[in-house]
Amino acid sequence: MNLTLLILLPLLTAVLILLAKGLQQIRVIGLTGAVAQLGLAGWLLKSFLAERAAGNNAAHLFESNQTWFKALNINYHIGIDGISLAMILLTSVIVVAGILVSWTMDKLSKEYFFLLVLLSMGAYGFFISLDLFTLFFFLEVAVIPKFLLIGIWGSGDKTKSAMKLALMLMAGSALVMVGLFGVYYNTHTFDIVQITQQGIPVGVQKFFFPFAFVGFGIFAALFPFHTWVPDGHASAPTAASMFLAGISMKLGGYGCLRIASLMPDAAHAYSWIIILLATIAIIYGAFATMMQTDLKYINAYSSISHCGFVILGIGMLNKTSINGAVIQMVSHGLMTALFFAAIGMIYSRTHTRIVAQLGGLLKAMPFISTVFVIAGLCSLGLPGFSGFVAEMTVFMGSWQNPDGAYRLATILSGASIVVTAVYILRATGRAIMGPISDEHALLADATWNEKLAAVLLIVGILIIGLAPFLINHLIMPSTDAIMAQMEKVNLLK
Amino acid sequence: MIYNLIIQLRQELVLTVLIFLLLFIKLGKDRSNESILNFINVALLINLGAGFCCHETGALFNGMFNTNVLIVFEKDLLNLAALIISMQSYAWLKESKHLIEFYLLILTSLLGMFFMISSGNLLMFYLGLEMSTIPLAAAANFDLTKRKSSEAAMKLILSSAFSSAILLLGISFLYGTSGTLTFSILTAHINGNPLQMFAFILLISGFAFKISAVPFHLWTADVYEGSPVAVTSFLSVISKAAVLFTLVNLLYKVFTPIASTWYLVLVVLAAATILIGNLFAIRQDNFKRFLAFSSIAQVGFILIGISGSSQIGSASLIYFILIYIFSNLAAFGVVSVVSALTGKENISDFKGFYKTNPMLSWVLTIALFSLAGVPPTAGFFGKLFLMMAGAAKGNYGLITFAALNMVISFYYYLRVVKAIFMDENATPIEKLQVPAVSKLAMYICVAGVIVTGLASVVYDYIYSISIGL
Repeated sequence: MNLTLLILLPLLTAVLILLAKGLQQIRVIGLTGAVAQLGLAGWLLKSFLAERAAGNNAAHLFESNQTWFKALNINYHIGIDGISLAMILLTSVIVVAGILVSWTMDKLSKEYFFLLVLLSMGAYGFFISLDLFTLFFFLEVAVIPKFLLIGIWGSGDKTKSAMKLALMLMAGSALVMVGLFGVYYNTHTFDIVQITQQGIPVGVQKFFFPFAFVGFGIFAALFPFHTWVPDGHASAPTAASMFLAGISMKLGGYGCLRIASLMPDAAHAYSWIIILLATIAIIYGAFATMMQTDLKYINAYSSISHCGFVILGIGMLNKTSINGAVIQMVSHGLMTALFFAAIGMIYSRTHTRIVAQLGGLLKAMPFISTVFVIAGLCSLGLPGFSGFVAEMTVFMGSWQNPDGAYRLATILSGASIVVTAVYILRATGRAIMGPISDEHALLADATWNEKLAAVLLIVGILIIGLAPFLINHLIMPSTDAIMAQMEKVNLLK
Repeated sequence: MIYNLIIQLRQELVLTVLIFLLLFIKLGKDRSNESILNFINVALLINLGAGFCCHETGALFNGMFNTNVLIVFEKDLLNLAALIISMQSYAWLKESKHLIEFYLLILTSLLGMFFMISSGNLLMFYLGLEMSTIPLAAAANFDLTKRKSSEAAMKLILSSAFSSAILLLGISFLYGTSGTLTFSILTAHINGNPLQMFAFILLISGFAFKISAVPFHLWTADVYEGSPVAVTSFLSVISKAAVLFTLVNLLYKVFTPIASTWYLVLVVLAAATILIGNLFAIRQDNFKRFLAFSSIAQVGFILIGISGSSQIGSASLIYFILIYIFSNLAAFGVVSVVSALTGKENISDFKGFYKTNPMLSWVLTIALFSLAGVPPTAGFFGKLFLMMAGAAKGNYGLITFAALNMVISFYYYLRVVKAIFMDENATPIEKLQVPAVSKLAMYICVAGVIVTGLASVVYDYIYSISIGL
């Protein structure tokens, strides 16, 4: 199967959207494209598992390698492993949900859907790339749509947030670029597979790892470069928030993971710094969330905390923790998208997101309130939902590290769950339960498209929560490969 | 002999014939501006085609005039840019009474650049340079009713006379230490003695003036602001490109023995140029001044690429110039149309531009993204390859500095995009009727911006013909 289809399909959808007339046509085309992409991703999963079952144990399946810039040894090299496939599935689910919740977007709808599709195209391209140049190319493709989506359709201080987000992400990619140049000039290739085989000299790793890791870390809200997250998410329109937290931040986590496996020596050498920053992000994010009064800010700050788990899992550098990091990426993507969708639905009806101004929504809109509660419970890690599985795996992995300081980091991160429970339950209690104000009493419940979007995301959360072995089965061989890579440490000196 | 002459000089000959024809048309009876414009555009197109017809490597006039595939390609680029500018100025020139004089000046300048690029001798180079600069100063004065325009012309002629003087002093010192001005012989005589180094510094300063590298950039913004948009775009794209082509040729072929020296000079110039250009661009409101400073910053990136002193470096330079032609001219094209039809030239006038002119807004936005270096536009590839060429030297401090400066540049380009799409304006620029020819020029630019990057054929071709140290 040709993976380029994953890029061509969104491209085709985007072109058709440009040609379409009227909101009805545009959204139907957008949805059709997204559903087709979801189908494609499902089919990819089926054929991937079939290949694996047939005993194909290659690190990357469906590889294809074409020369792009011959003179510079840049290739369009694509292929997927279990981790990228999990990310592709996540992206395609969120895109469908995002388009469904934007069903009634009537302000400049053509441009809006076009940019959403363009953003998703960047993400797909990123996840299938096996060449660092192509990877970088798609990473940056996804930045500009975010700027425009927030700046044009956002709320609040939208232009400032959009600018902040775009500049910080560009700074991230500038650092990534320097890191990649360093790798290129010491290995003479951008090809991930080749670099993995030949290895990078330890000195080079130690010099360039910080550039590349911090660069991707900015995308993944690594402390102290997380400041774009709250403003960006809060100002963005609903679908853009879902894409940002659900897809875009995952580009960063995925990138960090790849960089760590390409430069294992440096990853080991710097792992204590990574863990330190991740622990700070987790705790700081959790406490900062307690202080928020705006629902979107609550979710945005809690995203910093949750993405900290991803970085923590990567920093611990063992099989279980990395597995946990990947599951946390998928879980957080689904959960936070669901949360933002619910907040968007509430906001479009009540025109406020301030917790104190809401109350008793369960009486007026039971469906939306239930969605909100489910997202909240998943966020605080209730067993049965994906959040529990993911965080549990990360903690178990972290605990395997016998070092005292690492154990302390694990304990502190674990304790943050209590704080999570506090802010989630408090927000739920105030906004969903209790007496309802008169003006909110007559508001309508979710429409069909909103219900569909929510159900789709909830199904994803439940699949991971109730049958974690499915996703484990998918990603485990790939994490094994990464661990094999990690164990090559010290062989290169 | 005569056959050789015609083949090797074909692009220059077409231009010369065109210039004389224009003179005769001027003397003859009045014709409509439209027909003259169409005639000139077709002639430029023919000249562009002439570049592709036959590839001949050779030298004329005792090595004074050289030609090869690379030089012909560089001339093609300049020709393409001239054609696009000519098409874009359609709305402005249609009403002009001095249409023919404008083209006489511009085309003479272009001819001078052709000779400069082809020169194999410093005297020839100097002649070409002067021939390209002086008509431009007259052209800068072309808005006869505006005082700013004559101010710009005055500044341009003074500063270029000054820089030419410095250049000439450098050339004469070089002659004094080596006894020759011919490139091919000169190399053997370059040994880095103090007077020669002084001569080299003078030469480089002269070049830095022409490409407006910091600290020789002070004339740029005023001249760009005062001149008519067509002349500004000519100055910022064509004249810079021609000088840069010659600079690379000199550095990579003549001054090879002192490569480590000019590497340092380029690094300092590049770093200063990028930073100052960026910082000043942030504060501009006049669109032409804004593009002036942004083009200064772009030159800084180009210098980084050249400093890599490899085949990748020179190939990336030419590639970047091609992309820069498309992206800068697309931006100037929109500014030119808006300025010709409404007289507005400020970024704040563009607030709410998207509501009234979505098509022009997208053209401008894509152009700015390409200048900023955002994929999938070609500017991304152009800038990345320049930086990659620079990184080959292992000077990662400079590369990091440049990479972070890209973020600053991103800010001011996005500021314009923000004004177009996001800012509210009670009195936005009304819906504009863009002439078909200008529209076509914009579409060519946008197509160029999108295709040149993704289609690697272009880069591979340029790489195959370019030179390394």
